[in-house]
Amino acid sequence: MEYFLQLFLGGLSRGSIYALIALGYTMVYGIIELINFAHGEIYMIGAFMGLIVAGVLTAMGWPTLSILVIALIIAVLYSAAYGYTVEKIAYKPLRGAPRLAPLISAIGMSILLQNYVMLAQTPDFLPFPRLIPDLEFMGPYANFLATSDLFIIITSISVMVALTMFIKFTRMGKAMRATAQNRKMAMLVGVNVDQVISVTFMVGSGLAAVGGVLIASHIGQINFAIGFLAGIKAFTAAVLGGIGSIPGAVLGGLVLGWTESFAAGYISSDYEDVFAFCLLVLILIFRPAGLLGKQRSQKV
Amino acid sequence: MLELKNIDAFYGNIQALRDVSIKVGEGEIITLIGANGAGKSTTLMTICGMVPPRKGEVLFEGRVLNDVSPEKIVQLGISQVPEGRLIFPDLTVQENLDMGAFLRSDKDGVNRDLDQVFGLFPILLERRKQLGGTLSGGEQQMLAISRALMARPKVLLLDEPSLGLAPLIIRQIFDIIKQINRESNTTIFLVEQNANQALKVAHRGYVMENGRITLEDACDKLLANDAVKKAYLGL
Ligand SMILES: Nc1ncnc2c1ncn2[C@@H]1O[C@H](COP(=O)(O)OP(=O)(O)O)[C@@H](O)[C@H]1O
Ligand SMILES: [Mg+2]
Repeated sequence: MEYFLQLFLGGLSRGSIYALIALGYTMVYGIIELINFAHGEIYMIGAFMGLIVAGVLTAMGWPTLSILVIALIIAVLYSAAYGYTVEKIAYKPLRGAPRLAPLISAIGMSILLQNYVMLAQTPDFLPFPRLIPDLEFMGPYANFLATSDLFIIITSISVMVALTMFIKFTRMGKAMRATAQNRKMAMLVGVNVDQVISVTFMVGSGLAAVGGVLIASHIGQINFAIGFLAGIKAFTAAVLGGIGSIPGAVLGGLVLGWTESFAAGYISSDYEDVFAFCLLVLILIFRPAGLLGKQRSQKV
Repeated sequence: MLELKNIDAFYGNIQALRDVSIKVGEGEIITLIGANGAGKSTTLMTICGMVPPRKGEVLFEGRVLNDVSPEKIVQLGISQVPEGRLIFPDLTVQENLDMGAFLRSDKDGVNRDLDQVFGLFPILLERRKQLGGTLSGGEQQMLAISRALMARPKVLLLDEPSLGLAPLIIRQIFDIIKQINRESNTTIFLVEQNANQALKVAHRGYVMENGRITLEDACDKLLANDAVKKAYLGL
């Protein structure tokens, strides 16, 4: 039972990171029906920005927890700026073009960003400082759950609750939903759709950056290529949950996290990726639109 | 108040409007009738800035709208109830109405207008928390009209509001359109295939064929016109 709980919480932590990244895929898809293949790289860039901030502040002797908070904030803003720019450069000029064009542009952007970071930084792994301190009160519970896992779970949940409130109650959130449901009508009531798309990219990128910094601090090292696997996993989570659906992305992330955690715990950690993708294939066979996705006909 | 002057409009290389000129005076109800594919919806989209004209001018209160963005046009006082209603299916009725008032910041005025549309269509008040997609066709049309009214437009563009509705509901919708025109002096530009009804509601009418205006006259004259009778009234 204790082992089960440990795997459950480990899966929850891992899954909430997938969920954070998956939200970016699903929100962008919901609005412009594009798979933003450069999203994993935005996550990676967020982690790098976190590393830079952490390096500078550590050298200045700041306390760990405040470094974490500031690293998160700056990484979020920096990634948001990247997301905004990527959309303006790589996708906006292709709006109205055949669907394959922005997809290829997205893959190109992904490769470009990876190589850019590799050249600007280094191809090697860089150590990432542990920004999440072990807390005293965890004592007896530390067997089930590392403090960093707890922190990841709490932060992810808070961020997702904030996102839900934003989408549900703010003017911009309503505009985002309206645009996703019917872009033409959104324009007819006066929504600036370009602005909505930009905000969507920025929000999604910021969420990915939160994931990037948290996981980097948890694992302890990063390089230019970490966005690739994380991106694929999160994309899997988004598809699993039903791409375009926000609760779907969260659910898909968690299901994926648990699948991997239990597969690794009860079978073998060599197989965790295999199980993750088997799960995807199974769900797509039986529920092609994903767990919470709507079966919908092609938009015209 | 609103004037289209020699408009040509295209989708890619396909020309949808040819030399279209239409004048709408303040407080008037005018109707544009024509067969499917004549270019009626395109005319409305041109006014709203969604299909900018390649030639000619759209004028509103003396201002050229050709290169004005759709959101600015809403702000200037033109709202459209598009063909097929285009309700936001996963927004509640209330949220759909909120979206109609998207560009307004006068909260009190918005609340007053909300009361007003609930007065026109009490069923919407009942269904306030329901998702737009769960409404019946008639209710969706009422919601679409209300959503457009929430922008407090000077000109209301309606694209085939009777499409797919039962005769009783159609009567109700047309009565409300007249009421809106009468009570708040809202100018109305009504596009219809249901020529018989439209010509009874409107003051003046235009007939469109293959992207051209072929006839314009007072509605009673059009109702008596032999060509119109034959082509559009099924007489
Ligand atoms: N989005 C579009 N792309 C290409 N052609 C279009 C589009 N919308 C309408 N058309 C064409 O423009 C012409 C006028 O259409 P429309 O304005 O919708 O007519 P109506 O509203 O009178 O039925 C038709 O020939 C139609 O096929
Ligand atoms: Mg039409």
